[in-house]
Amino acid sequence: MSEGRRSADVIVIGGGIHGCSTALHCALRGLSVILIEKDHAGRHASGVNAGGVRQLARHVAEIPLSNTSMALWHRIEDLVDDDCGFTSDGQVLVAEDEEDLGNCRARVDDLTLRGFHHEELIDAAELRRLVPAVSDTCPGGVVSRRDGAAIPLRATQAFKRKAQSLGADIREGVRVTRVARDGSDWRVETDHGAFLAPRIVNAAGAWADRIAADLAEPVPLEVIAPMLMITAAMPAFIKPVVILRKRKLSFKQFGNGTVLIGGGYLGRAIRDENRTVLDWGKLATNAKTVWDLFPIMRGAPILRAWAGIEARMPDDLPVFGKSTRHEGVYHQFGFSAHGFQLGPGAGAVMAEIIATGSSNVPIDGLGIARFAAPS
Amino acid sequence: MIAITSIGQVAEHYDIAVVGAGPAGLAAAARAAELGLSVLLADENPAPGGQIYRAITTTPVTKRAVLGEDYWKGGALVDRLRPTNAAYAPGCTIWSVAPDEAGGFELGLSLGGQARLIAAGQVILATGAQERPFPIPGWTLPGVMTAGAAQIALKASGLVPSGRTVIAGCGPLLYLLAGQLAAAGANIVAVLDTTPRRNWLAAIAAFPDFLRSPYLAKGLKLMAAARGKLPFKTGVTALAAEGSGKLTGVTVTRGGAAETIPCDALLLHQGVIPGINLANAAGCAQHFDAVQHCWTPTVDGWFASSIPGIAIAGDGAGIGGAESAALRGEVAALDAARRLGRLAEAERDAHAAPIRAELARSLRGRRFLDLLYRPAPQFLAPPADETIVCRCEEVTAGQIRDAASRLGVTGPNQMKAFLRCGMGPCQGRLCGPTVVELIAQERGVSAEETGYYRLRPPVKPVTLSELAALPPTDAAIKAVVR
Ligand SMILES: Cc1cc2nc3c(=O)[nH]c(=O)nc-3n(C[C@H](O)[C@H](O)[C@H](O)COP(=O)(O)OP(=O)(O)OC[C@H]3O[C@@H](n4cnc5c(N)ncnc54)[C@H](O)[C@@H]3O)c2cc1C
Repeated sequence: MSEGRRSADVIVIGGGIHGCSTALHCALRGLSVILIEKDHAGRHASGVNAGGVRQLARHVAEIPLSNTSMALWHRIEDLVDDDCGFTSDGQVLVAEDEEDLGNCRARVDDLTLRGFHHEELIDAAELRRLVPAVSDTCPGGVVSRRDGAAIPLRATQAFKRKAQSLGADIREGVRVTRVARDGSDWRVETDHGAFLAPRIVNAAGAWADRIAADLAEPVPLEVIAPMLMITAAMPAFIKPVVILRKRKLSFKQFGNGTVLIGGGYLGRAIRDENRTVLDWGKLATNAKTVWDLFPIMRGAPILRAWAGIEARMPDDLPVFGKSTRHEGVYHQFGFSAHGFQLGPGAGAVMAEIIATGSSNVPIDGLGIARFAAPS
Repeated sequence: MIAITSIGQVAEHYDIAVVGAGPAGLAAAARAAELGLSVLLADENPAPGGQIYRAITTTPVTKRAVLGEDYWKGGALVDRLRPTNAAYAPGCTIWSVAPDEAGGFELGLSLGGQARLIAAGQVILATGAQERPFPIPGWTLPGVMTAGAAQIALKASGLVPSGRTVIAGCGPLLYLLAGQLAAAGANIVAVLDTTPRRNWLAAIAAFPDFLRSPYLAKGLKLMAAARGKLPFKTGVTALAAEGSGKLTGVTVTRGGAAETIPCDALLLHQGVIPGINLANAAGCAQHFDAVQHCWTPTVDGWFASSIPGIAIAGDGAGIGGAESAALRGEVAALDAARRLGRLAEAERDAHAAPIRAELARSLRGRRFLDLLYRPAPQFLAPPADETIVCRCEEVTAGQIRDAASRLGVTGPNQMKAFLRCGMGPCQGRLCGPTVVELIAQERGVSAEETGYYRLRPPVKPVTLSELAALPPTDAAIKAVVR
């Protein structure tokens, strides 16, 4: 591959929703961008996730990014010329018993004190109104009304296409093998030759630790393979996405009637082969939870199950922001199975930091410094 | 042979699990059991035989001439299995095959509405062939079906399509089926042959081999019998099923002129391709076979796939016909026995030598058939925009072309996100090859470069209840749920 440019203002490594979003927002700010992706855009976590666009139940350190993102999701078509299949019917955290509901109340109170109002405590009646099919033993829960879901691969590809249309040079099927300093630039070596830029973004998902290691910023990244199942079309019975806290479940019915069942049970990831192996024993537990909560689902045929390869950090929070060791290096990975919703906003904030040096959106608590080896 | 009739009878572990009880699976299971290995032979059909020998032990068709002498050869394969200790589970669907951490495999299976996970040291996939999808305008109308479906109805239940029947497409099976149906009393008003005339040019170089092949006598006899008795029309370049709500006729274009033949049944067939869903979902590498023009699992000389311990025997690893399938099943079983330490390499080779010789003989002449009956491009990638390609999600050829050009969708996996084709219950079995052709054509690249679907287990639907009721395995009990 010799055609196309070899240097740019910014090189983004990784074509997931994060890499593509950052590339788009850099292009919107007039920066020249090369994005390098070893497979195709959205091939990994960003293309195969549950599509949950959720502010509900996020760690407080993530909420500002999540809020920024939610604003973008609600005008996604203006941003990327594609609605990305985004629908907003809310997400509901179902409390399975009184103790659970007590925890919900404490959480909502805490968020209110911090000035966040997107989560709302609901009683049994409102729960039944929002989710009529839920088992009648559940006493209430929390709703985040602006939440929803989108179609992951479609969304990621829409970001890629829009970035491309604004001049970003998207190189798919090109693998970064090494990154190193080269004078005032970063030299990004690939299996298709080297690229140069003064600034690089490490958005390499489950492979990001390798880039970080090259930069002498090792991180304790765990490669995980969260699993999902989808059923044949069922009669419409639920609009919002439902999640649980005590047991693992995330549950959503699409407009076409199919039902997506997830919740974070893990299969096995073989990342060097782009392969995952499902754990049917755990999927059975996942199915049992649905069987308990939604009697209507008992006869549903499961059509497919899969897992995606994702990066998880020990504290379940992403690594986001400037490198602490190097000028011109930015990290954006480790989304720990909840980074799809963050994609649009994180890209905007990252591009702002790259272009201006900082952002008003607080990202304290997400820096790579928290994993720095004591020196 | 131990007949398994309920899921409780399935053991926790087998040396070898064979999926599919057609010629390849029957032969593999018999050979493995004869070598003293514990074997599970699972098949979703109610009786052994696979596609070609479907219902061989149960068919109500008693006049041997109707189905032809070759059909009855299937009985010998079943007879060979009977005296062995192989466990045979009919009506049993294998919906997942995946490597386990012990170096063997975990299989998900369902029988009688209940699911189980079991282990096997080696796996032989003998899942056979499927008919190549053949989308023409109107092919989803009631009254239109595949020739293979008609053949199953005939073999399994002695049924023949009623009313005026038209058979259309190409390939040796088309003539075989036309002959069988006519012998069984069907009213065949036309056989529409879509074999492109120019295929003869490509095929002619392979003709000398074909002349020395075991196919020759059989093939010529079939052709002659069918042609002599049936109303053949060759050089067909376009087809459309007509009718609203129900088939009323078929419009045929030949030499630039179109005519409509009224009919009550239209049987479509365009040759067979490997059924790759299970192999693909298990992670076995595959490639595009340019001669047979289809996606094919990549196997070595022992029919071992890219995943050590999974072999693919029979038509599931490339179309070779019933005889070769049985031979390939034996070869795969010998190598599986070697992997399990039951046979030394030299013993394996010695056992395999005569089978290989037979195999070479049975495959001789195949290339000629492949080249001659290669479908015309307009039947691989339907030109009319309205033609439905994905039946599950009702996606048309026009929509696929549009997504490939306007949205820059480069492969079938990306196409799923936009149009959902390949995401219905059949998981692309019926649309996959056509979607690949359409994308390839639209983008001006090869099918190989376009790639194929990455398929996911369960390859056959399993109900939520079945899954929820899975008895926990030892490993699952020990595993700490995060
Ligand atoms: C099953 C599942 C369900 C999920 N559900 C949700 C959900 O409902 N809601 C939500 O918000 N989040 C969800 N997530 C999480 C979300 O998908 C991820 O957090 C997010 O997609 C991460 O995006 P990314 O761009 O960082 O990573 P990725 O999408 O993995 O992108 C990283 C890219 O970098 C490329 N790359 C890596 N190394 C190199 C290299 N050396 N050279 C070139 N390219 C390289 C990779 O090929 C990959 O395409 C889920 C994840 C999974 C797996």
